Amino acid sequence: MTMIEMRSIHKTYKRKNITTEALKEINLQVEEGDIFGVIGYSGAGKSTLVRLVNYLERPTGGKVIVDGQELDKMSDSKLRAMKKQIGMIFQHFNLLESKTIFDNVAIPLILSKKPKAEIKKRVMELLEFIGLSDKAKSYPKELSGGQKQRVGIARALASNPKILLCDEATSALDPQTTQSILQLLKRVNQEYNITVMIITHEMSVIQEVCNRVAVMEAGEIIEQGSVLDVFGHPQHPTTKSFVQTVIHNNIPESVKRTLKQTDNSRVFRLEIQGDSASEPIVNQLMKNYEVEVNILFANMTEIQETTLVIMYLQFEGAGNDVEKAIQFLVEKGANMEEVTA
Amino acid sequence: MFETAVTLDQFIQASIDTLYMVGMSLLIGSLIGIPLGIAIVVTRPGGILQNKIIYTVLNPIINIVRSVPFIILMVAIIPFTRIVVGTSIGTNAAIVPLIIFISPFIARLVENSLLEVNPGIIEAAESMGATPFQVIWHFLLPEAFGSLILSITTATIGLIGATAMAGTVGGGGVGNIAIIYGYQRFDTFAMIATVVILIIFVQGIQSSGNVLARKARKE
Repeated sequence: MTMIEMRSIHKTYKRKNITTEALKEINLQVEEGDIFGVIGYSGAGKSTLVRLVNYLERPTGGKVIVDGQELDKMSDSKLRAMKKQIGMIFQHFNLLESKTIFDNVAIPLILSKKPKAEIKKRVMELLEFIGLSDKAKSYPKELSGGQKQRVGIARALASNPKILLCDEATSALDPQTTQSILQLLKRVNQEYNITVMIITHEMSVIQEVCNRVAVMEAGEIIEQGSVLDVFGHPQHPTTKSFVQTVIHNNIPESVKRTLKQTDNSRVFRLEIQGDSASEPIVNQLMKNYEVEVNILFANMTEIQETTLVIMYLQFEGAGNDVEKAIQFLVEKGANMEEVTA
Repeated sequence: MFETAVTLDQFIQASIDTLYMVGMSLLIGSLIGIPLGIAIVVTRPGGILQNKIIYTVLNPIINIVRSVPFIILMVAIIPFTRIVVGTSIGTNAAIVPLIIFISPFIARLVENSLLEVNPGIIEAAESMGATPFQVIWHFLLPEAFGSLILSITTATIGLIGATAMAGTVGGGGVGNIAIIYGYQRFDTFAMIATVVILIIFVQGIQSSGNVLARKARKE
């Protein structure tokens, strides 16, 4: 089932006589149960994009459909009810400094006028879930950044939402804390079956938890798909540079320099995912085909609990032996692309 | 130097009068000024209840009233004061201009306090589907509470100064003693005593304001 859908969304800001196009022709689908990542450099429009989902920003054109309902057709009070189905966490946590951790987590329930006993039970349950039961009576300023974000997550979950929006939720945290917050988001997704949408500029965040990703640049989605596909063969230069921040994807310069190119040698980029990645295919290749294989570069990355292998191989062989070898690899599930080294 | 025509009872009565004037005008002034301050924050462009008409009406009104010095305001509105309390002399008569003086001042102070609240908090509130009233009540006011206490403290001290001025037109209070005895009859002791009383008031109010604000900020 589609949880979030955007259809040809446009968003323009008018200030004095200057019109800025923040979003152009955005089409996007987030399925129920997804952890959907949106990545882009700052100013790409990703923060605006995520705010469309709970209508903190309204589109200039196009439709936003959440859980089968079109937001634009909703009255203010219906929209407020819908927002209770959508939790949100922020880069700077946005907790109430004047209230205890307990009261911070309780606030969405207080707004919904839930009975006191029910609030207490739910809040304690959530504090247990985020591992901060002992901090119920503390104030936000007594907590570390990671703890504050945990409280933010508990607060966002209080009203049992179907969707959790994360706006640069780990950008203010150190790498280790980022890891633990990402693991918590994974648990939120799995244990509560909440669809998660993550906005980030860190490819490692996408690699760690997302199953699908959209890459944004200058208000447009330039590439989207499963994380494995996008990491495996990024198309757009921006996507490539993002992927490179976590996966080395090029033949090292030192190898390039010593590389001997002959007339019958060809260089291919091999990309293989999943189970076939663990098979000894290179070994089989050398045994069964009349080709010389030189591994120029190899990288193995774990994404989405499967393995992604990227290799640069130099083949040397007579006649169509190279072709046959390539054919074999393709049959084994590899994506082969000839490159000039 | 310690000879004075003012009795202790007069000092006590004057102090009570001053506190009464400050208290009453602060109470009524807050009842007007705080909602006014909230109104200009929420109706300003980009506010949660953005409303160009209300904002462009309220904002200059506050500025106009605030640009009139209290001593002139007091005299200028005498006809209005007469309509409201039936007289233009005495403690109750002084309260009317004091309220008109302090309300827009409180409104501006409240505005500043509320604008200090991290906009991210408001965004979080809106993301939870809070109604505008809930945003004000559960997010804006609690977050600004410490700062609001300091604002009200500043307003109270401003009022003490203004009540002393009210003394010049027969408003009563310690200002009255300073003018009638200290200034017009060269009663130095009365003058010094008045200043000391005012210093004690101001110090006391500022210190308690600071303590309360610190408490509200959970420091």
